[in-house]
Amino acid sequence: MKHTHRISLTVNGRPVETEVEDRLHLADFLRRELKLTGTHLGCEHGVCGACTVLVDGRAVRSCLMLAVQARGSDVTTVEGLAAEDGTLSPLQEAFREHHALQCGFCTPGMLTSLTAFLRDNPAPTDREVREAISGNICRCTGYQPIVAAALAATGDEAIEGEN
Amino acid sequence: MKSAPFAYHDPTTVHELMGLLADKENAKLLAGGQSLMPMLNMRYAMPDHVIDLNGVASLAGIVETDDAIEIGAMTRQCDLMAAAPANDRFPILAEALTQVGHFQTRNRGTVGGSLCHLDPSAELPCIAAATDARLAIRGPRGEREIAMADWPLAYMTPNLEADEALIGIRLPKRTALAGQAFLEFARRHGDFAIAGVAAMVSLEGETIEGASIAVAGVGSHPIRLREVEAALEGEPANEATFKAAAREARGIEAMSDAYVSGKYRQRLTGVLVERALTKAAARAREAA
Repeated sequence: MKHTHRISLTVNGRPVETEVEDRLHLADFLRRELKLTGTHLGCEHGVCGACTVLVDGRAVRSCLMLAVQARGSDVTTVEGLAAEDGTLSPLQEAFREHHALQCGFCTPGMLTSLTAFLRDNPAPTDREVREAISGNICRCTGYQPIVAAALAATGDEAIEGEN
Repeated sequence: MKSAPFAYHDPTTVHELMGLLADKENAKLLAGGQSLMPMLNMRYAMPDHVIDLNGVASLAGIVETDDAIEIGAMTRQCDLMAAAPANDRFPILAEALTQVGHFQTRNRGTVGGSLCHLDPSAELPCIAAATDARLAIRGPRGEREIAMADWPLAYMTPNLEADEALIGIRLPKRTALAGQAFLEFARRHGDFAIAGVAAMVSLEGETIEGASIAVAGVGSHPIRLREVEAALEGEPANEATFKAAAREARGIEAMSDAYVSGKYRQRLTGVLVERALTKAAARAREAA
C-alpha cells in the first residue's frame, strides 16, 4: 500500500498543493514533482551538500528531509535566488565574475548555503567562509574561486581589487 | 538510493506520541533526520512506521531552573549554540557544537537525536558525559530519569525501550566548572572525530580543585576518565601535571577500525587531554 499525505507549501514564492508519498524526500520532490532540477543530488546521505535548499530561510540538506515535513514551509531553491526578470543576485554575479564553478554540480548547494551564510554573517573572514562551505564538496575548483566570489559578494573592496 | 516505503505519523503532543509508540510495530522516531534519513535512504533502516517528533512543540526549548539547564530533546543544535543561559554556564556547549557536522546539518539536527543515535565520536554525548547530564525518558510506565553514565548500553545502543522516547536532558549547574574546553581531531572540519576531549577544571589559586574529562571517538561510547580526574585533584595546575594526566589517559581502551588503529587513538587521547586541560585551566584563571 502506498502511504501518502496531502501537502501545501511555498516554493520560490509560488504556492504548491499536491499529494506526496510519505517516503519521498524533499530533493526528489523538488526535482521530480516540481521539475526544479537545479537542486542536485550527489550522495543522498547528507555529506556532499549539493542538494542544499533554504527552508524558512535556513540552509538544509533537502535529501535529509521528507517532502511531507516541508508542509507549510517557504522553500527557496537555486532557481529562486535570481530576480523574476533573471537578474542574478550579487552572489551569483560574483560567482560568474570569479569563475567560481567549473562543472557546476556543486553550484546550487554552494549558492544556497552561502546565501544564508552571508545574510547572517555579512562581513566574514576568509576562514569563516571556508568553514561555511566545509559541508559542500567541490571536486573541480579547489574552492579558491568560490571563496573569492563569496568575499567579493560582501562588497569587500580589497578582495575585489586583487582580481 | 531511496527509502523503502513506510507510513508517516506526525503527533503534536507527547500523549499522542506515546499512543503511536504503543500501537505501531517496527516504528522509528524521526528527530532532526541527520542520521536517520541517511539510514533510510541507504536502507540500513527499514521501519514500517516513521513517527516525526518535529510537530511536538513541547519537546523543544531550553529552560534554566535553580540547579540545572534543561534542554528539550527536539532543541535544534543551531538553537542550543545561540542559547545564552546554557552557554553562560556551559560555554563548552557552543565550542563543541561548532564541530558537530556543518551549519546546514545543525539547522535540522537535534540534541536528542544525537544522544539517541549515540555515535561513538559524537560531540553532544561526550558533553553530556562530562557534565553528568540526567536524561528524562517517557514511556508507557511513566517518566524515568537516568544518569548519562547509564545511557549507553553498547555500541550505538542507548538505554531506551522501543516504546519509550527521550524527552530532554538536564545539565546540573554544579557540574559546570570554571574553565571548560572541547577539542577534537578530525581529518577535515565537520568530519567524524577520530578523538575528542571535553575537559573542565576548577582552580583554587594555582591548585586544581576539581576536574572532569570525557573522551569521544575512542571507545564504543563516551568515556569518563575518572581515575585521571581523581589524580588531578590537589595538584598544581602546570605543564608537568597535565603531561602526567596525558600519560595516564593514553591507557584508555581504544577501538581500531579500517582507517585508524587503537594505538593511534590512545596517543591522540593523550595529546588532546593535555591540550584541553591546559586550555580549560587558562580559562579558569581568566574567569577568576
